[in-house]
Amino acid sequence: MLRELLTNATVRVNVEVKNWEDAIRKGGELLTQDGAAEQSYVDAMVDSVKKFGPYMVIAPGIAMPHARPDAGAKRLGMSLLTLKNPVEFGNKVNDPVYIVVCLAATDHTTHICVMRELVGILADSKKMDKIRSAKNLEEVLCLLQE
Amino acid sequence: MNIVTVCGMGMGSSLVLKMNIDDILKKNGLQANVEACDLGSLTGKMADIVVTTYELKSQVEGKGYNVIYVHNVIDKKAMAEIILAAIQNLKK
Repeated sequence: MLRELLTNATVRVNVEVKNWEDAIRKGGELLTQDGAAEQSYVDAMVDSVKKFGPYMVIAPGIAMPHARPDAGAKRLGMSLLTLKNPVEFGNKVNDPVYIVVCLAATDHTTHICVMRELVGILADSKKMDKIRSAKNLEEVLCLLQE
Repeated sequence: MNIVTVCGMGMGSSLVLKMNIDDILKKNGLQANVEACDLGSLTGKMADIVVTTYELKSQVEGKGYNVIYVHNVIDKKAMAEIILAAIQNLKK
């Protein structure tokens, strides 16, 4: 369930980041602190953008960094950052990014249920506007768990 | 009919594309085998339609596939229009 993955341990609000790499590293840090991934996984998320380009800016304003399970995912995990200042990932159509959802999964399919829940939220533009303008963590957690 | 969704890792945006396409097909009473895979696994796959994001165009084009590109992986409405049009074209 999404509410078990996006908690006060893995969600941060109004985070200041210098650039896209900093955004991914900060999101990744929440995954490693939560025990979902090794540091190598965070490095791999950054490398995947360098290798494949910003394809995981999946919709306007939303990035979903992730890497292969064998890059250091320990269990299914997710983190969410709302950014104080949107950053460019280099995706001409969907930049700038203001929400970064980092994903760790241990295989290619068992996170489907949680992805469905996540996509349901991301596709709800009213909810996303509220999440984007939320002033504190409790507000965002409430919105995510509605 | 085989539809393959592709992204860099095979478990992120390709999975979201697959989920949305499965929903679109179901809603429209259509049947297809929809599979998500990573770029490396695409070669050799049988696919009537390949779906991926614009950012990965250079990695997917020129391989002989019928490819649809999307900008927004979570916008089901816009995706439905493109997917249904592509399926219609296949039938011609």
